[in-house]
Amino acid sequence: MTALPQAPPVATPPVARGRSWRGPWRPPYVLAAVTVGYLVWSLAPVLLAVLFSFNSGRSRSAWQGFSMRWYYADPTLSVLHDESLRRALTHTLTLGLLTTLVAVPLGVAFALGLDRWHGRLPASANFTMLLSFVIPEIVLAVGLFYMITLLATPFVLGTTAQVVGLVTFQLSYPVVIVRARLATIGPQYEEAARDLGASAFGAMRRVLLPMLMPAIFTSAVLVFADVLDDFVIVRYLSSDAFTETTSIKIYNTARGAPTPALNAVATLMLVASFVVVLLGWLAVKRFGRGQEEPGSLGAFAGQV
Amino acid sequence: MSGTAPRDRRRGLLGVALTLPGAVWLAVFFLVPLYVVVSISTGTVDPVFRSVVPAWNPRDWSGDQFGYVLSRLTGPDGFFGPVMVRTVVYVLLAVAGCLAVAYPVAWFVARHSGRRRGLVLALIVAPFWISYMMRMLAWVNLLADDGLVNRLLGGAGLVADPVTFLSGRPTTVVLGLVYGYVPYMILPMYAALDRISPALLEAARDLGAGRFETFRRVVLPMSVPGVLAGLVLVALPMTGDYFTNDLLSASPSTAMLGNLINTSVANPSQAGQAGALVLVLVLAMAVPMLLYVRSSVRSDLAS
Repeated sequence: MTALPQAPPVATPPVARGRSWRGPWRPPYVLAAVTVGYLVWSLAPVLLAVLFSFNSGRSRSAWQGFSMRWYYADPTLSVLHDESLRRALTHTLTLGLLTTLVAVPLGVAFALGLDRWHGRLPASANFTMLLSFVIPEIVLAVGLFYMITLLATPFVLGTTAQVVGLVTFQLSYPVVIVRARLATIGPQYEEAARDLGASAFGAMRRVLLPMLMPAIFTSAVLVFADVLDDFVIVRYLSSDAFTETTSIKIYNTARGAPTPALNAVATLMLVASFVVVLLGWLAVKRFGRGQEEPGSLGAFAGQV
Repeated sequence: MSGTAPRDRRRGLLGVALTLPGAVWLAVFFLVPLYVVVSISTGTVDPVFRSVVPAWNPRDWSGDQFGYVLSRLTGPDGFFGPVMVRTVVYVLLAVAGCLAVAYPVAWFVARHSGRRRGLVLALIVAPFWISYMMRMLAWVNLLADDGLVNRLLGGAGLVADPVTFLSGRPTTVVLGLVYGYVPYMILPMYAALDRISPALLEAARDLGAGRFETFRRVVLPMSVPGVLAGLVLVALPMTGDYFTNDLLSASPSTAMLGNLINTSVANPSQAGQAGALVLVLVLAMAVPMLLYVRSSVRSDLAS
């Protein structure tokens, strides 16, 4: 009886036993309740915020009927017609795209390089990279802010500064994920390609890179979604209203008297994020065919 | 020179060429900014313009700014002291709260979610894809004076006037921090707990251990690495957080170290103080940061 692995709940017969002996593998009702409670607590507030973006009135707490007013119908206050909201949305997506385009190639190259170059210098580069991953974001943001304002950098606060800051903060994702994948691939494929006459670069490009595709897509999705979420770096390195992101918009107006248009902007960001995750998941599935399970759900969660 | 030497060398050169762009990027945009912060916090303030004069040369470093910050930790001008104490207390409470929520949830998902594991995992991962600001906005909506919570409380006749949840309440801030960061703790814990073989638990039970004994003597010791990773991943960003506080409290009475840094940066004449406070944050977090980096490097070498 005690050795049954994962016995179904019915396995405990209604035998008269002492109250203290309730069956060694009975389902853990308390744990299940805690988990369900946690999920409700974690997701219900967000679902309510999404729901009220469809409210036909100005209230974000009293339901006054369904409408698309705050998305496009309202001629001045909707996301489509309020220029500052629309700009925040497009600027956030632009930053996400630019950062991904810089950080992922840079990070993949860095990971491939660390795999080939051993010594004190690459070891300290690796250490610095890991430090940039764990350092509180405000430290990097404040440092970059003062660097750009005090030193003669070739760029000023604004979109470029934001992309630079975001790339620095996000670089560790592709590096860590690609290095983990390289460790499971092992050196044998590359060596086989070299034995068959491929050059060092050719073996990397034609053998290793295709095998790394799932890891590359996973990290691209992570970087993009994390940039959409970023607040501290983009705020310190923004210059004016034109470089405000949705997170800055929410921070600046949430405590004022915002309309449900703010919820609508947040909802659109949410949709964008989920679409990217879905596309990334499909890409990983597509490119990962014939390989052992590459990017699991954990990898998508930024668990490194 | 053996036959493979040029081949290895070329592989090595390729490695250098691939590593350098990222290494240079990190040096310029990560190490230089950190040095700028050091130079500012060891610099002086221009007596006329009240602007900061960074000490770029280590020989010019002065301890004025640190002395200023230290002198305000205690004594009659000690307005930094309470903020530091509050930061430690809030972070400890919030981390404890995260642990209390994350451990049972991670254990349930790892051991008991059965066929629904995929669904439950997806729901647990979902907050990662919802912007932090939106999650805070959701609570601002709920807890506002005319928010849903106050409507329900008022409707049920429990309170006469709306409860001001969002003005300077420590409970709201701590719960907000737990809400914001707990997903980052559940996942590393889930990963650690998922690795524990069910056979070990069965063995413990077969050998006569009760539920609690099994947990205390098998599960708990084996989950320590995951718990530590979760603690670090949650405590580090929490300590530098200022926006959760700004959105859920917006009151100096609940200000934390992050708020102090943020308001100092906003005021150009307080740049030196801001730099010193950032360094205080880095020094306070140095041990957990280095432990995390070291364990990452170790697991790297092991693989």
